[in-house]
Amino acid sequence: MKITVTVNAVDHTRVVEPRLLLIHFLRDDLGLTGSHWGCDTSNCGACVVWLDETPVKSCTVLAVMADGRRVTTVEGLASGTRLDPVQEAFAACHGLQCGFCTPGMMMTARWLLDNNPDPTEADVREAISGQVCRCTGYENIVRSVLRAAGREGAGEHEPRLRVTPPQGGRAVHPGPGQVRR
Amino acid sequence: MQVPAQVEYEKATSVTQALSLLARYAPGARILAGGHSLIPMMKLRLAQPEVLIDINPIQALRYIERAGDELRIGALARHADLLAAELAGQHFTILHDAERVIADPVVRNWGTIGGSLCQADPSEDLSAAFAALKGSMIIAGPDGSREVPARAFHTGPYETVVGPAEMLTEIRLPIRPEAGSAYVKVARRAGDWPIGAAGAAVWLADGRIADVGIGLTAVGAEHFVAAEAEEFLRGQPAGEEAFAQAGQIAAAHCHPASDQRGPASYKRHLVSELTIRVLRTAVRRARGLAPAPGLAPAPGLAP
Amino acid sequence: MLYGAILRSPLAHARIVSVDASAASAHPAVVAAFTGADLAERGMAWMPTLFGDVQSVLATDKVRFQGQEVAFVVATDRYAARDALELISVDYEPLPPLMDASTALDPGAPVVREELPGGNHIFDWAAGDKAATDAAFAAADVVVTCDMTYPRSHPAPLETCGAIADYDAVSGRLTLWSTSQAPHAHRMLYAALTGLPEHKIRIVSPDLGGGFGAKVPVYPGYVCAIAASLATGRPVKWVEDRSESLMSTAFARDYHMHGEIAATADGQILGLRARVLADHGAFNAVAQPSKFPAGFFHIFTGSYQARAAYCEVTGVFTNKAPGGVAYSCSFRITEAVYLVERLTDMLARQLRMDPADLRMRNLLRPEQFPYTGPTGWQYDSGDYPRALQLALDMAGYDELRREQASRRERGQYMGIGLSFFTEGVGAGPRGHMDIMGLGMADGADLRVHPTGKVVLAISVQTQGQGHETTFAQLVAQELGLSPDDVEVVHGDTDRTPFGLGTYGSRSTPVSGAAAVVAARKVRERARLVAAAMLEADPDDLEWQEGKWRVKGDPETALGFVEIARAAHSSLELPDGIEGHLDASAVYNPPNLTFPFGAYICVTDVDPGTGEVKVRRFIAVDDCGVRINPMIVEGQVHRGLADGIGIALMQVIAFDETGNCLSGSFMDYLLPTSLECPSPELGATVTPSPHHPVGAKGIGESATVGSPPAVVNSVVDALAPFGVTHADMPLTPANVWLAIQSVTGVEGVPRVT
Repeated sequence: MKITVTVNAVDHTRVVEPRLLLIHFLRDDLGLTGSHWGCDTSNCGACVVWLDETPVKSCTVLAVMADGRRVTTVEGLASGTRLDPVQEAFAACHGLQCGFCTPGMMMTARWLLDNNPDPTEADVREAISGQVCRCTGYENIVRSVLRAAGREGAGEHEPRLRVTPPQGGRAVHPGPGQVRR
Repeated sequence: MQVPAQVEYEKATSVTQALSLLARYAPGARILAGGHSLIPMMKLRLAQPEVLIDINPIQALRYIERAGDELRIGALARHADLLAAELAGQHFTILHDAERVIADPVVRNWGTIGGSLCQADPSEDLSAAFAALKGSMIIAGPDGSREVPARAFHTGPYETVVGPAEMLTEIRLPIRPEAGSAYVKVARRAGDWPIGAAGAAVWLADGRIADVGIGLTAVGAEHFVAAEAEEFLRGQPAGEEAFAQAGQIAAAHCHPASDQRGPASYKRHLVSELTIRVLRTAVRRARGLAPAPGLAPAPGLAP
Repeated sequence: MLYGAILRSPLAHARIVSVDASAASAHPAVVAAFTGADLAERGMAWMPTLFGDVQSVLATDKVRFQGQEVAFVVATDRYAARDALELISVDYEPLPPLMDASTALDPGAPVVREELPGGNHIFDWAAGDKAATDAAFAAADVVVTCDMTYPRSHPAPLETCGAIADYDAVSGRLTLWSTSQAPHAHRMLYAALTGLPEHKIRIVSPDLGGGFGAKVPVYPGYVCAIAASLATGRPVKWVEDRSESLMSTAFARDYHMHGEIAATADGQILGLRARVLADHGAFNAVAQPSKFPAGFFHIFTGSYQARAAYCEVTGVFTNKAPGGVAYSCSFRITEAVYLVERLTDMLARQLRMDPADLRMRNLLRPEQFPYTGPTGWQYDSGDYPRALQLALDMAGYDELRREQASRRERGQYMGIGLSFFTEGVGAGPRGHMDIMGLGMADGADLRVHPTGKVVLAISVQTQGQGHETTFAQLVAQELGLSPDDVEVVHGDTDRTPFGLGTYGSRSTPVSGAAAVVAARKVRERARLVAAAMLEADPDDLEWQEGKWRVKGDPETALGFVEIARAAHSSLELPDGIEGHLDASAVYNPPNLTFPFGAYICVTDVDPGTGEVKVRRFIAVDDCGVRINPMIVEGQVHRGLADGIGIALMQVIAFDETGNCLSGSFMDYLLPTSLECPSPELGATVTPSPHHPVGAKGIGESATVGSPPAVVNSVVDALAPFGVTHADMPLTPANVWLAIQSVTGVEGVPRVT
């Protein structure tokens, strides 16, 4: 079946099987490998892209369903060489390690901030709750999104970190067996 | 490599067209709405339809509106639409309670109310919610539309009364005074299918329960309803003693199965516990009070 | 490019009567189909595991776990390959499956490996002093025992495993792009398996989407892709899907432990004993040093002063996927730490002592380091009480206990769980640590360009933990450069020195050390060149602020860039310098390094439903010198999330007929952003005395230390009900059942 999908503002016309999943259309037919495939049951969100204005799990959408619609992938986040604030924030806040979940996380983050420019931490956690990360424990992803939103105190200098300077091996506890109260 | 088997595909831009395509291709045709129930089944090759009829272009079926004493939900309304609809939350808090714990925000963007109901998974949350609210479904077919009570819509696991040449078009919920409702779900993790869930809708009169609907999810309750508990509650004073007894009755009359989510004994306990909690909250809401204080709700657990 | 798909066994245990792939071969898009018999002709139906056993590539005689590889098709597109699998017919003769490890050695149990003399028995192994331990127990006032299971789980990196095999018949070279945490070791294994000479094989494995141990072994899919490329002369791509990954690749844990702790009445730990049954699945494919069949489990005395300890471990085969060492276990230290931290908490409960007090009383003291434990481990450095105190201060421990008491009066149940762990990472000294006979030393090559830019090639490679940054920092620090001047090359066996790969938190302790040693060699060469440039004696030079200069004379300072240029110039070069500053090193670590930490987990438990919410997670880590604090913290964040998942929801489960019940992310549940609170991190720094920069490694620490903190917290919350232990995962059902099993009456707390 012939479909025309506008991906990152460019029209693409291809002949595809109706069963072709949107994620495979994007990756294999169009070479947009920024979106990833991570599970079989629509649980992990590595495949999140925008279909028209909303993030969807593209492994659970057929390419034919995108016919005549717009798709935005992570490749469409930057404007030329200018990174989207979400991308800049993820880089600054160590919001990615292996990077496999990152495109999906950033697409959801961008959508969240477009609709809710000043989210709380709870809002951010709720927004990404359908997407799995195995590397970051989500903390720096949340910080990245809050930083992209321009919230104060969401930078990489985390006031909660307490570092005790090296004592040259000497202990500073008051004595054996006592918990200092 | 989980990808669907070969399938044919048609697009429908109107209900009439959808029905005629269904008639042409039945029984091997399936309606494709959000696809978030059907496509996963197709990837596992547990469902292998011959033809998919994509009804997403039928924008006219995507609405949530008030019509007189009813809230009407178009079958193509997305879960996200329902969660965002103030109208729905205002009259039926149970729907927002439930939507908040259905799947995850991204899935809710695309999955539809009609699709979830027609998939008829015994663990699907809205079925119990609509049953508790005593709503009804509008089913369009070659001979026109018919109305079926929500409590008669599901005939078994993955089975509804929608025939092979019919489609669900609308859900209707009666708006009645002195109402309060709530839904609570226990899952192993945010976004997981429920281990057990309960929804209650109460209508009060003079401090007593004039009418009540109790819906149960994932515990083998017939038509997702705790009918015996409802019968007991009608006319009772709305208080803890009645809730506790209703919980016991509901637990005694469901048929949970032991599985990875837990043994039947635990699920049966949950039915009792959750029935009590949703009744308590529903009554407080009917009285215009805040939900009962207590621990911060665990993930997946509505306040 | 051709695409491969694997047909897998639906049965856990069955004889293969016949496999007929002819219909699949006839599919128009299928180029070739392979069965076990086809591979056997090429000598590739069986392959060595990393631990001296063999593993089936495509089944020939039997299938031994559900999901085992039976046939392989290659087609011109992926969807067609998937379709073609349905055209392969296999005739199975079902056999009773062995799913319960505790029955594996019973007479009459189904035999998984009848071709081996031991049948289901793999090994018995013991460590420690049995007599001294028995004596300690006999003399003790209190002995607490517990049977506990560390359930089977799976590392589940978000990117699954896969490979592209490309054999070029003209050059005789095989290039394999694969998800491998140990590309050099894999290269050697493929050479042995295929008969291709090692120097004609190139493994490329740079940017992995997570590893966590899942990408250490060689998997049948890689071998099938290679075989198909050899046979067809075309590149063949195979990528597994999530269910294949969960059902057939390296699982983790599955240790059934009986633990005992002996103490005096006032809480001095005298000894520890453990007896463990290890379920290894159908093949012994553990990825750990060969002399340690139970890994480093015998570090199970943990962080305490127990002078007597003895453990026995028995390993058995079952009809499940092979593996066992994965998922940040530091070679079974996750299991050991879980055991000792649960026992410690149970001892505290028995003695009616606060668990923080009990730990503080028994922690090793700084003056005891380096400390040699009762099972032979020599811990390099540590200041344990300081870390525990910091964690307690950060948590506001006393305030939490007051809150707990007050909530209990109101029928609300919160738990405070501690965990203090010592890790042993950075394997390891090649004299007694090897994998497949390869000593676990790692190399680094430093090349210095004439403009002073540096390329560091290392043998480990990254799955997201930031080696490109950390290693660049290490070299830049030694040479007075900016990290931007250092390019880190990894993951390509053609361009990197030999090494054993990334796992067991060994990159910083071993490869990092190699990089530093190589950088210091470069700096010493630079000294010689600088001396020639200054016409001075090399011994008269000092390295100050990133430059070589004559002692006390800043005017003579020469930066690295100038020196590098000079090394390539017409300058008369001194002896020992041939015309460049390049250097390489192979680092043989003298010992493991021993990071440690103190964790506190606060949970709220709803006894009516069994739901657990993790409210706070306080984590103090000491990984020696912290090269890049942001990266270190990122590693800890991840491990804390692991702990929540492992403790509360993750398990690879089977039913008695051998079906894997956790073959998708719908049932193998991973924690989301809603289950993981924002962690509160603290740090102490106790450098490793034997590491060139004092760093210890951090990658697995939090996964080791966090599960016991969570479990201790939940059990603490349920203490009023009389619950003393409950096995992971603490799903709502399991929490509720734990309460029922003690109270007998639904949800009524016993008065304590």
